[in-house]
Amino acid sequence: MKGLRNYLDKIKPKFQAGGKYGRFASTFEAFESFLYVPNTVTKQGAHIRDAMDLKRTMTVVIVALLPALLFGMFNVGYQHNNVALGLSDTTVMQNFWFGFLKVLPIIVVAYVVGLGIEFIFAEVRHEEVNEGFLVSGLLIPMIMPVDCPLWIVAVATAFAVIVGKEMFGGTGMNIFNPALLARAFIFFAYPTSISGNEVWVAGLKGGAMLQNGGALVDGYSGATPLGDAAAALSSGAVQSADAIQWSMGTTPIDWFYGFIPGSIGETSTLAILIGALILVWTGVGSWRIMLSTVVGGLAMGGVFNLIGANVMMTLPAWYHLLLGGFAFGTVFMATDPVTAAQTNRGKYIYGFLIGVLCVLTRVLNPGYPEGMMLAILFMNAMAPLIDHYVVQGNVKRRLKRSKANA
Amino acid sequence: MSTKEKEPLFSAKNMNALLGPLGRNNPILVQVLGICSALAVTAKLKPAFVMALSVTVVTAFANLLISLMRRGIPSRIRIIVQLVVVAALVILVDQVLKAFVYDISKQLSVFVGLIITNCIIMGRLEAFAMGNRPWPSFLDGIGNGLGYGLILLVVAFFRELLGSGTLWGYPVVPQWCYDHGYANNGLMILPPMALITVGIIIWIHRSRNKDLQEK
Repeated sequence: MKGLRNYLDKIKPKFQAGGKYGRFASTFEAFESFLYVPNTVTKQGAHIRDAMDLKRTMTVVIVALLPALLFGMFNVGYQHNNVALGLSDTTVMQNFWFGFLKVLPIIVVAYVVGLGIEFIFAEVRHEEVNEGFLVSGLLIPMIMPVDCPLWIVAVATAFAVIVGKEMFGGTGMNIFNPALLARAFIFFAYPTSISGNEVWVAGLKGGAMLQNGGALVDGYSGATPLGDAAAALSSGAVQSADAIQWSMGTTPIDWFYGFIPGSIGETSTLAILIGALILVWTGVGSWRIMLSTVVGGLAMGGVFNLIGANVMMTLPAWYHLLLGGFAFGTVFMATDPVTAAQTNRGKYIYGFLIGVLCVLTRVLNPGYPEGMMLAILFMNAMAPLIDHYVVQGNVKRRLKRSKANA
Repeated sequence: MSTKEKEPLFSAKNMNALLGPLGRNNPILVQVLGICSALAVTAKLKPAFVMALSVTVVTAFANLLISLMRRGIPSRIRIIVQLVVVAALVILVDQVLKAFVYDISKQLSVFVGLIITNCIIMGRLEAFAMGNRPWPSFLDGIGNGLGYGLILLVVAFFRELLGSGTLWGYPVVPQWCYDHGYANNGLMILPPMALITVGIIIWIHRSRNKDLQEK
């Protein structure tokens, strides 16, 4: 390690202003502070000094994402080999390796494109490269269907970074969560690659999985449980949630563990819960938002249960927490510190409305079975408004109090 | 009038009235006027071109007519007089479009009629034609119409190319691209992407004209 430090010290002058590669100062600075904690400290002004900086925050989120990511890789192989093709002789490692090879290119593409654009903008603006994309670059692959074409991932990532972040001034200035923006972009621009029953399992669409003479299990469609529920609603065949035919006979306990098709990282509520514990324990993610989102989802689900007008409304409220991207969105997307509400009371309102809107979209609009993405993006736009009224309310309250005391 | 020195037809001031709106003082990019129709008719190049042409004609002649009448219009009812002139011109344009390019006229549908409410036209009448002589007003109208049309065509170029894979109705994305998994961008057809495209053009425009940037 000493050698690396010496090497960096040796080439550093070339990258400083006036040096041979002075134009690439930002790039050098980014790699140096990625590899080593920078030895510069704040010199003036009153600042809280803490070991916690943006880099540490990002690292914690990455660690929290790992359980869901690793399970997602395994599940890609499991869904492909054991569920769709009905094989029973593949080991856990084989399934994991299969999924790893499928997911890795998406991660690489998201990072290369996103970081590439961030570096270019940093150089042009003579700013330091920010760590913000380290998390977005991992979030984007985790909310993609496994078979999403890589060029679409690249285009969506570029769109999210340029329009979602750089247009507003870079990390910390963005209104919308960049990862969700990438997904929303694909959802509206290339709907066939991210909706329907066939995109959630590797190789199902176009039949690539059948090349080696395999055959699909009888009646296999690749539908997610959320897709099953939406299909039951639009077909109108059944009237109550108990009568829904869940594809491959999955039960809520399967949904909890995550043995269902879906976006790469979103299926396992258990793995996401582990991530949530890490985030809450380290104080990086806001438990207020997570809690209120869950409460909001349950409340709206409960209201629909009382109405019970169609099959989607009769779905038990807690099903919604296990289905689709609810858990993943609650833990990793809604809590994004930049785009969420900043005030504590604002966080409760923000989270609650995300939960409400998510279930509302799922139940009332079968065209958008995944309501979580749209709910969070919508509340991202509303967060500054919520904060404004919370702050104003606080100002008014304190003015009144000071008048009463005077 | 006769005591004044005669101004050449294309003096620097007149050229500025004509060319200013194409770049530095673009009605869409700087004044952010006429956005509604810019979002609505730019999914394809052909309707965007016809729309740009229609707006240019209406702006130019409305400016000319109002400028000719400007001393006779009582200022309290000037908006109504301006509206009558613009409405008459729009009806003329609408009839011409229906007669000669019926299919595009159908595509543009209500937006031809809505040229009446295009903020650029009323804006130029109020800001320029009411206080300037006919010839500069005419040039100002053409300039603003072209400035508007330029942005429309740029937006429509990207939206049609990326959204439909065609330009002016002719396929330009070769079939082998589709065979290899390329797909048209459905978002480009939707109005939100027109807004984002205009936003990106404004971004580039401001970064090249630094004095326009708001502090």
